[in-house]
This record gives sequence, structure tokens and C-alpha cells, in this order.
Amino acid sequence: MHDLLLAPFGLGFMRRALAGCIALSVAAPPLGVFLVIRRMSLMSDVLQHGVLPGLAVGAAVAGLSVWAMGLGGVVAGLAVALIAGALARRTGAREDSQLAGVYLLALALGVVLVSAQRGIDLTHLLFGSVLAVDDTALFAMAGVATVTLLGLAVIWRPLILESLDPGFLAITTGRGAIWHLGFMALVVLCVVAGFVALGTLMSVGLMMLPAIAARHWSNSVAGQARAAVVLALIASVVGLLVSYHVDVPTGPAIVLSAGGTWVLSLLAGPRESLLRSGGIG
Amino acid sequence: MPPPPLHLDQVTLRHGGHVAVQDVSGSFPPGSLTALVGPNGAGKTTLLRALVGLHPLAGGRIDRGSLASADIALLPQASQLDRQFPITCRDVVALGVAGRSGPFRRIGAAVQEAARDALATVGLPDHADRPIAALSTGQFQRVLFARLILQDAPVLLLDEPFAAVDATTEELLLGLIDAWHAEGRTIITVLHDLDLVRAVFPDTLLLACTPIAWGPTDRALNEANRRRAGLLRTRPLRLPRAAA
Repeated sequence: MHDLLLAPFGLGFMRRALAGCIALSVAAPPLGVFLVIRRMSLMSDVLQHGVLPGLAVGAAVAGLSVWAMGLGGVVAGLAVALIAGALARRTGAREDSQLAGVYLLALALGVVLVSAQRGIDLTHLLFGSVLAVDDTALFAMAGVATVTLLGLAVIWRPLILESLDPGFLAITTGRGAIWHLGFMALVVLCVVAGFVALGTLMSVGLMMLPAIAARHWSNSVAGQARAAVVLALIASVVGLLVSYHVDVPTGPAIVLSAGGTWVLSLLAGPRESLLRSGGIG
Repeated sequence: MPPPPLHLDQVTLRHGGHVAVQDVSGSFPPGSLTALVGPNGAGKTTLLRALVGLHPLAGGRIDRGSLASADIALLPQASQLDRQFPITCRDVVALGVAGRSGPFRRIGAAVQEAARDALATVGLPDHADRPIAALSTGQFQRVLFARLILQDAPVLLLDEPFAAVDATTEELLLGLIDAWHAEGRTIITVLHDLDLVRAVFPDTLLLACTPIAWGPTDRALNEANRRRAGLLRTRPLRLPRAAA
């Protein structure tokens, strides 16, 4: 039992990965809850693909440093978020097709840019690696988590108002868009922060899956945010252990664990689950 | 203290590339109770949104006098809101004060109490802790009126407040509108029920992209004006097949 659960975390790189994932698990899932209730789940897809070209450009300009790649990723993510937002507004109801177009393009562009450079392991970039979580990456994750939690605390009420009734906030405070932009900036930060441990393709998994599962645990925004954090923490620990013992990339292992919490919540969570609503049995 | 009048000077609004409202001039006097009437697509909602500054003017001017943005409350059509949002009735109502207190000020016990009182006023005393997703259309509209009570704005713009609500709810909400009118607030309401407009609203703005008439309801809604606005029935009210 000890060998299975505790011994892996005796290793330095596993402890760093765990600390990084805990930071992400505390910060990202509450953002995911807002993405879900604002019906913007697809936006997370767009961003995870959208940051890839930025990471590649960052690496090309300044080498394989977390800061350079992270900065490139944040710039690219913000650009994609703004472009996708503008396209969505212009095209009205056909928002999803525009977003699909943006992220397919971004992914292809990112893979081309990454492949053009020596020294970057595309698999690690896309799917993450616990071994790659060094002190710099850990500080970056912890910093992003701190900024995210503080930022979310500041925009919490306006964000709820804007999600429920966009016009009300725009009238009463005279600004509507600024809260949305601030929120999207936090989402981009969290997506980028996850890329070292989880990979760009998997980092939103820890943001979205616990958030999707959270609606089976609470009917308030705050309650769902708390539930999502707890589920993400569980998924992180389980995923890291699986990744260590079975030798699979960390990103997919953690996302599969998060998926497991979702399936369990969907089946037997206290609210609107199949068990409660009599959907099975 | 009565609010300042709202002056419109040749207001023209575009929506989706088309002119939605053209050349509306006139004013809503302080304390007036006006019905905004017209066929679907006549620009009624667009005009309300322009009055609160949510819709840009393509031409003309709107003079709001000394009114701040938080002094004008807009009740959107219920269909514009996300009724699945995970939030309790009390929180929706309490957030009505956000316009005056700012987005960060603590919502204290006094506001929570006021929210409870407002919910009781609209006939939902036991619903404070219920999520809005559990409400019927009429109950949700009552919650939005309770939020208006907390907003306490001198000017109220109501967009189809009685759409899809039953007679009891309509009566209760009309009572609130009447009380606000008696307090001297300026109220502009989008409505389709012309009998209700004639019974309750002293003034009417009849709009069909261009303003057809604006003044005392009886005159504004006379047959000639209704014909020009496209609001006259072309045949008696029954199914076409039954008539044949």
C-alpha cells in the first residue's frame, strides 16, 4: 500500500508535479465552472489549441524556457480568445463553427511550428510529462494559481451578474466587456500554466471535467466551484500515481482520472445524477 | 423628487444592418406612465436598449438630463436571461443593489433582508433559497420585479413584462407598476395587449419603425393609427379552416 500510494511522492520530481497539479486544481476548476454556466465550454478547446503556436514561437525566439514559451502561449491564447470572440459576435448563432475553424487552424499551425524546430518533443508538449516539472515550472504554476484566485475573487460578482443578465451589468456599471475580458485572461493563464505537466492538449481537462461534474454536487456557483476543486485534487493525485506506475503521459492519466470523477458524479452524484433521477435501476 | 424628463431628438437606430427605429422625437415627462406599442420587429426593444445606452445611436440624440446609468432600470424580456443559472432567488434580487453599491461592496444583512421583503411583496415569501431553475415563467418574472424593487430606480423600462404570465401574476405586477407610478417614477412598458394598455396606461407611443403616434392612449391607439402600424386584425378571430 505504501509502495503504491506514498513511495512515488518520495521522489523529488513527483513531489514537484504533485505541488504543481495541486496549484492548478485549486485555480482552474472554478474558471471551468464559469465556462460551463456561461455556455462557453467549447472556448476551452479553442484555447488549448490556440496556445500551441505561441509556445512554439516562444521556444524559437528564446529557447526551451518555461517563461519564454509561457509568454508566447499567453499572447497567442489572448489573441485567439479575442479573435474567436469577435467572430462569434459577428456570426451570431453559428458561433461553434467559427470556433472550430479557429482551433483547427491553430493546432495545425502549432504542430508545423513545433516540428520545424529541433529539440522540442511534440509528445511532451501536447501531452505533458511529470519529469519536466522543474522548479521554474512549479513557480510559474503556483504564481498563476495565485493570480487566478485573486483575480477571480475580484471579478466574482460582476461575472455572475454578467453571466445571468449581461444587460444589467452593462447598464449599472457602465462596463460589461471588461469583466469578460478579465475572465478570459485568467482562463488563458491557467491553460498555459498547465502545459508543462499536463501538455497543451490536456491542460483544459483539469479545468473542464471537474467543472462539468460539479453540477451534480451543488446548485450554487460557489458550491460548484468548491466541488470542482475537490474533484480536481482527487483526479490529480490518482492521475499522477497511475502515470508513475503504468508509465503513461501524465496529462492523459490525470484527465482520465478527472473523467472518472465526472462519470461517477453523473451516475451517483447527489444532484441530477442518473441514480437520483431514477435514470438507471 | 421627480426624475428629469427623457428627451428624444430624431433618434434613429440600426439593428443588424437595417434601420430598426427612425426619427423618433419627443419626451417622456417626469412621472409619466407610457405604453410602447407596435408590431413585432417594430424596434420597441431596440428603443428601450438605446434609452439605457445599451444600443448605439445611428442618428439623433437622447437627453437623459441628470440621470446616471444606475438611475434607469431595464427589465429585459425574460427569454433574454439564463434561467438555468445556478443561483438562488434571494441572490438575484439582492444583486439589484449592485448598480448603486458598485460591484465590490459587501451585500450586507440589510440588503438580504430587503431582498426577502421584496420577494414577499411579489408573493414569493418562501422562495428566497430556491434556485431560479425551479421557478415557473410567472414566478421568474416576479423575481425580476423584486429585483426592480431593490434597484429603486426613478426611471423604469419594462420589456414585455406580462409575456407568458398568468392573470394572477399580471394583476400583482400591475399593482407594483401602479404603486411606482404613484411614487412619481417614469415608467415605459412594452406591451401587446391593447385592452390592457387602454385600461391602465395614460400615454402610448405607437411605433412601427417610424413613430406612428405618441400621446394620450385613446388618441394614439385610434383605428387610423392602428391600421398604419399594422395592428388591425384582417379577419375575425377564429381558425381559417373553421371560417371556410
